[in-house]
Amino acid sequence: MSSIDLIINGQQITVPEGSTILEATEMLGISIPTLCHHPSLSGVGSCRLCVVEAETRGRKKITPACMEKAKPGMVVETETAEVVEHRKTILELLLANHPQDCLTCGSNGDCRLQDYSWQYNVKSPGFTGDRHDYKIEDDNPFIIRDMNKCILCGRCVRMCSEVQGNSTLDFAHRGFDTKVSTAFDLPLSASECVFCGNCVAVCPVGALQEKKLRRTARTWEVEKVKTICPYCGTGCGIELNVKDNKIVGVTSDDGEVNGQSLCVKGRFGYGFIHHPDRLKNPLIRKNGHLVEASWQEAVELIAEKLDDIRNNHGSDSLAVLSSARCTNEENYLLQKFTRAVLGTNNIDHCARL
Amino acid sequence: MAVVDPRETQLASIAQYHLGIKPGTDSVLLNALANVIITEELWNKDFVNARTEGFEDLRHWVKDYTPEYAEQITGIPSDTIYQVAREYALAENASILYTMGLTQHLSGTQNVYAVANLAMLCGHVGKENSGVNPLRGQNNVQGSCDMGALPNVVTGYQKVTSKDVRNRFATAWNIKSLSDQFGLTVGEMMDAAQKGTLKGMYIMGENPILSDADAGHAKAALENLDFLVVQDIFLTETAQLADVVLPAASFAEKEGTFTNTERRVQKIRQAITPIGNAKADWEIICLLANAMGYEMHYDSPAAIMDEIAALTPSYGGISHKRLEIRGLQWPCPSPDHPGTLVLHTEKFARGKGQFHRAEYIAPSEQPDKDYPLVLNTGRRLYHYHTGTMTMRTGALEKHYSNEHLEVNPIDADKYGLEDGSVVKVISRRGEIQLKAQVSSVTPPGVVFTSFHFPSAPVNKLTSPKRDAISGIPELKRCAVRVEKSH
Repeated sequence: MSSIDLIINGQQITVPEGSTILEATEMLGISIPTLCHHPSLSGVGSCRLCVVEAETRGRKKITPACMEKAKPGMVVETETAEVVEHRKTILELLLANHPQDCLTCGSNGDCRLQDYSWQYNVKSPGFTGDRHDYKIEDDNPFIIRDMNKCILCGRCVRMCSEVQGNSTLDFAHRGFDTKVSTAFDLPLSASECVFCGNCVAVCPVGALQEKKLRRTARTWEVEKVKTICPYCGTGCGIELNVKDNKIVGVTSDDGEVNGQSLCVKGRFGYGFIHHPDRLKNPLIRKNGHLVEASWQEAVELIAEKLDDIRNNHGSDSLAVLSSARCTNEENYLLQKFTRAVLGTNNIDHCARL
Repeated sequence: MAVVDPRETQLASIAQYHLGIKPGTDSVLLNALANVIITEELWNKDFVNARTEGFEDLRHWVKDYTPEYAEQITGIPSDTIYQVAREYALAENASILYTMGLTQHLSGTQNVYAVANLAMLCGHVGKENSGVNPLRGQNNVQGSCDMGALPNVVTGYQKVTSKDVRNRFATAWNIKSLSDQFGLTVGEMMDAAQKGTLKGMYIMGENPILSDADAGHAKAALENLDFLVVQDIFLTETAQLADVVLPAASFAEKEGTFTNTERRVQKIRQAITPIGNAKADWEIICLLANAMGYEMHYDSPAAIMDEIAALTPSYGGISHKRLEIRGLQWPCPSPDHPGTLVLHTEKFARGKGQFHRAEYIAPSEQPDKDYPLVLNTGRRLYHYHTGTMTMRTGALEKHYSNEHLEVNPIDADKYGLEDGSVVKVISRRGEIQLKAQVSSVTPPGVVFTSFHFPSAPVNKLTSPKRDAISGIPELKRCAVRVEKSH
């Protein structure tokens, strides 16, 4: 592959042929605002917020950095007065039909429209006109969908069709009435949606929010702990959102095997962790009933009983089931316990089931 | 993409080919694919000659498995079998992915042999974007196997019958010797408990009452024990039978590692302190070992991993410190080894790849007058295994709150069922009650449901007959009848 030399903000850079201006700026650590662009999705160049000034062979133009390919000898400026003016106008147009309810919005603090409005000092819409008044969709236990906040970047549409392969969402209608919609504009719960929530993960504003998480914690209140999903064997990376020693939600960022994708269980199936049914103390059967006991009492009883059975009936009269839900370290220790302490190879787990 | 499934699943609906197979006849289909590939000279001669042995045997074994014969047994049109065989053989890269639909049959092992034969025959193994992948249903089922939570091997699949292996572990563990006898598989444990030869069981994080085949038998077996300990995060159906129940910490409350379906060992991190007085499973095991007079002390799971690495060649280079940065795919024999993305690139574990004879073993129960339908069981997107976790999320169980039996419209007409009718499903072992869902997802003659819901414990019905080699029960198929409940 041949390479291309160009100049961005006065800095010389060489990029592989086919790179966009945006990719070239990222290599230089120059940040350009984007809304519709996402590295895992196809480019559409619809929001125009990433416009830059690019000059090739003396011809200057304002062009979206996410779509325009780098060309030999190109000279790019990313923050000229004209570029900034374009970006401000785009933000004013978006805000003209976007609720200014940041005070109570669940995405406050994690919203690109908010970030860029701050960055470019856009305080008011600047235009007046019609505003949408869509009903907020709140009838499923996973996702809140507020199309009044949608900026029509289409990330959710592309995520659903290009990554999830489900194509539940697309643009419907024309002009001001354009809306991201399911077939026949049914709620997600009546559509083909599988509630993976991958659309939520890529939504740059508050149009799509995790229902429980965004009602439980402000975005800046949570600590995110990177770990691995407790469900199937794919091994998706997840972020546990922790507030006050409680798991209040799951988000996805850059899992080694999954990127930002998760399934409905991984993203929305964390509620069991704090369910009131969780066992909190050891239980011992007394007169036919399981009653709470101390760790010491429980462990001593088990040790005594296992010891008795081993002495009276031999090691092979004992058996152990380990767990495909526990860690490697725990499985290792349990088979060590079975073989070294109980003295039998009677250990298995549910790999066969 | 070709999807082999009796049901027209969502995946099947977007596939180029949906091979709607009669449950339990997979080896016939796979052998027929090999038959076409050999007859039409589409096999990869370079790969077969250089990397495998037994090809002439394979040619002989699959000779009679013509697509026309396979059509009679599997119900898949012979034309489709020809097409899929050609496309698989001629593809630059091709991957075979399978789950329990292949293995939970009497001929489960044969089916896996047939898959391996096919991949080797076409040279679709040992290179990127190809190969054979059993997709693992649980986060650490790969790791549990790797760690030797199996009756015949210790860590890294080192056999307990090897004197050298036993000696090495006995020295490391500071004990006199390890048993050289294969232990019992989960199914054999239930049999032994029922017979009374097994007296005590220790169960960590499993719920065999709902997950085992012929669950009525599993329950009776556990009740017959003198002593049962269950260590879990909830009071599961199995824990309710226990003499002692120990409260374990969930994945969010401890450190450790899981190994995923592609052998990638990844770090899990503690996010919160354990709920109530629960303890991490590793801490509980240490407590118990010490109470029984065996010294077991570790500062952290990282120290346990160091011991695993020292005893397990394929995990030799794995440590928590390295995993902090990124996951590692085993084999990873040394601290400077980057891990292994693709297996079998130069040679197979035994050297040359051996073709195996893959026989068709007919399912144990054929539909008859009394039990005219085939019951196929599986999973639903919104739930997980026996529902212990997914029924308690405040979200998943609200969205998918009731289980149903999928019945084809033709069978619904035949048995007078409507969508939503409450039905009894009866097998030779038991009966359950649930609502019918009339749907053409499931073909005529077959009914389907999942094993997630304690209210519809389908494993009361399933067959406990097991694959003779793997010990896996025939969960994917048994004969039932369906009656409208009044």
